[in-house]
Amino acid sequence: MTTPPPATQPSASPPPTAEKTSKDGRHRPFGKIVRESFLEGNTFTVTVLALFSATVLGGLLVAFTNTDVLHAWSNFFSAPGHAIAAAWDAAIGTYVALFEGSVFNPHTVSALFQQASISTAIHDGYLSAVFAPLSETATQATPLILTGLAVALPYQAGMFNIGGQSQFIGGAIVSAWLGYNVNMPFFVHVVVCVIGGFVGGAAIGWLAGEIKARTGAHEVIVTIMLNYVMLYFLAYLLSSQSLMQAPGSTNAITPPIASNAHLPLLAGTHLRVNAGFLIALACAFAIWWLLNRTTTGFEFRSIGANASASRVAGMNVERNWALVMAIGGGLAGLAASTVILGTDFQLNPQSFGTYGIDAITVALLGLGRPGGVVAAGLLFGALHAGSPGMQTSTGTPVQIVQVLQALIVLFVAAPPLVRAIYRLRTARASGVGGTMSKGWNA
Amino acid sequence: MLSPGPGAGGAGTVSRGGRFAAPITFAVFGLVDILVFGVHAHGDATFSFTPQFAKVTVPNLVVSAAAACFVGGAITLLLAGWRLLAELGVVSIGRVLRRVMLGLVLFFFVVSLLAWSDAGQSISFNVVNLLSGTLNVSIPIMLGALTGVICSTSGVINIAIEGQLLLGAFCAAIATSVTGSLWLGLICGAAAGSLVGVLLALFAIAYTVDQVVLGVVLNTLILGLTGYLYNALMTGQYADTLNNPNTFSAVKIPGLGDIPIIGPVFFDSTVFLYITYVLLAAIQIGLFRTRWGLRTRAVGEHPVAADTVGIRVLAMRYRNVIAAGLIAGIGGAYFTIGSVGSFGPDMSSGEGYIALAAMIFGRYTPFGAIGAALLFGFTTQLQSILSSLNVPIQSNLLLMTPYIVTIIVVAGLVGKVRGPRAEGIPYIKS
Repeated sequence: MTTPPPATQPSASPPPTAEKTSKDGRHRPFGKIVRESFLEGNTFTVTVLALFSATVLGGLLVAFTNTDVLHAWSNFFSAPGHAIAAAWDAAIGTYVALFEGSVFNPHTVSALFQQASISTAIHDGYLSAVFAPLSETATQATPLILTGLAVALPYQAGMFNIGGQSQFIGGAIVSAWLGYNVNMPFFVHVVVCVIGGFVGGAAIGWLAGEIKARTGAHEVIVTIMLNYVMLYFLAYLLSSQSLMQAPGSTNAITPPIASNAHLPLLAGTHLRVNAGFLIALACAFAIWWLLNRTTTGFEFRSIGANASASRVAGMNVERNWALVMAIGGGLAGLAASTVILGTDFQLNPQSFGTYGIDAITVALLGLGRPGGVVAAGLLFGALHAGSPGMQTSTGTPVQIVQVLQALIVLFVAAPPLVRAIYRLRTARASGVGGTMSKGWNA
Repeated sequence: MLSPGPGAGGAGTVSRGGRFAAPITFAVFGLVDILVFGVHAHGDATFSFTPQFAKVTVPNLVVSAAAACFVGGAITLLLAGWRLLAELGVVSIGRVLRRVMLGLVLFFFVVSLLAWSDAGQSISFNVVNLLSGTLNVSIPIMLGALTGVICSTSGVINIAIEGQLLLGAFCAAIATSVTGSLWLGLICGAAAGSLVGVLLALFAIAYTVDQVVLGVVLNTLILGLTGYLYNALMTGQYADTLNNPNTFSAVKIPGLGDIPIIGPVFFDSTVFLYITYVLLAAIQIGLFRTRWGLRTRAVGEHPVAADTVGIRVLAMRYRNVIAAGLIAGIGGAYFTIGSVGSFGPDMSSGEGYIALAAMIFGRYTPFGAIGAALLFGFTTQLQSILSSLNVPIQSNLLLMTPYIVTIIVVAGLVGKVRGPRAEGIPYIKS
């Protein structure tokens, strides 16, 4: 039985319409417009300044927890220059190591040119070594982009998906099971596994959306609880040989997946970058297309802007909630399949890593937009890729990456703070944090 | 059954299953009691009620395990029938009676489970250990949930409880290791929780950042920061000086602590448990019997009205969120200087989120939140005892149950939970 929706106050913010019409700016010179729009503290400026602020704070943290630096500061009055230099070196050294591990390391180029001939250099992997940091960045960015999309898409529909972890696990279970348990020809097998990952994640995401649609239970609580349910469910599956544990193994781990189910490598056997990266980019494009070029996407954005108005306009809000969470969950499941089929080839109780939390930071830095998510995913992927090398070469613990991520997002989420620090003028447009929070009961 | 208020999201229709969910759930519990536990229980189960080295001893209780399961299951089925009649409108039962019935169902389920697990075992099942362990395991969850209650009642969503617990644990460990004073560690732990409260209040109230997003980001920040500082400062050469705190030892309250069963469970623990008692009473009385409580609730329900009568909404929210942080900080300190004795990365392991669930499960009231926190702690403790008894039960599935129960509760199958109306909505004076 359908009761007419309760009459609500007229919509404060109408559903998104066409592009914003530019009001003024036609009479002023171009350079002035650029300068003013920067000083105005728009989204782009705020994001750049947020990155800068987080980098500075992270550098300070590195400098003042380094034992050499602390030692130098204890002799500050005898050698003040040395103390400051040590602090500077520690911070810069960390960032340089991060860069070398994630983008480009000059040593690999000199090693390449020391080889006798180009052909042997390529054969021995010296050329690959030059591109290894970039490959690693793309590999690390793949699941971050996909889980980031899993958060960003429901965010556009006004839902906050903290359940990336549970959906990741759901996808990982299906993907891994299909990967080791089924025998299929090359290509078919990997496609089936990837689709299975999507379905596994979508099921968990749909569950959260459906519970909200049917009962009004807040999706944040439901997804947090599902994270733990799935965590223990995975541990349960891996605890018994009659379920998913590898036969004869005492560790909680599945059998390795069949080689037919591996995602194909993109750049030779020396580099880990695989087709998962292409899947992630394709998904980002697909989500952009879905949001901006389809009726469904319009309904998502409309509901995100004002659910009551959308209901009055005749949209089925509840069905859309379930649908958007299902697609979001499916994306997180895809992320799991890229990890299982692309790099890990096995499922263990820790396979989900910190993707659930990282996804939120990626989506927030990407301002909830597919293009932004790709950029944010690449940035954080670079941090992840560079961090192991940084820890070995400089001794800075890898957790600095998590600190940097959280600091960046904290600044991005609070544009008024960034504007206050850098004395920018108030802007018309605002980032994610500018959208007013809606509260539990909405 | 329920009529949604305006803007009550998707709660437009209650599924038909909602009405019969309670009787059906009761019946399932009853059948599990009889068919799973009763049928498979062979021999006697021994329950002991005396901790080791106790002066006063209580005789052990020996029952036939199967009989206990059958009796418990039969009573549960009777309750299910009674509840069904109530749902059909034949008899009417009050709110209190409903809760008592739910409590009885859970009680008989646990009794059957314990009887089955101890049936035929040579070791007796120590009930006092189970209960006192439950209380101690639940301390961080209870304190975190109390923090959540105050913040929510004031109208601020606090998902950063997890971060408050973790930073509290971290700072308490460092402060105690450096100064050697447990009390100073406790104070530093509380201050650390409060510091997170300051950040939460600043960003949520002054910068109107989405509070759910903010809480998650703060948790990430603190998880990363404590993990980083742990690796940078607390391992290797500094481990002894920075991460080697003492722990509070148990203090038995004279007189009360010697009462059989009750004494060892409630009155023979560390100072943290006694702090919890005091805070529970203070918050319950404070929220519902004082001017501060009335104003806090007003600020969380209808800030405009509160402002109209001269209550300073933002100041109230700032003060409450920052003060509530102290409580979660103490809860975090329990991890390091109350039980384990050294800090480890991510040692709160999601208990802040459990505290959040306990708060909602407990319907945003102090006693409800504590009760729910104890339920979560109980399953954890039960799981660890059952695994030490080598009971053939899947510990992972047992650990999963409180989360499923929370989803069921939040979904409104066991009654609708409604938080303060203005929770999570920043107040901007117009």
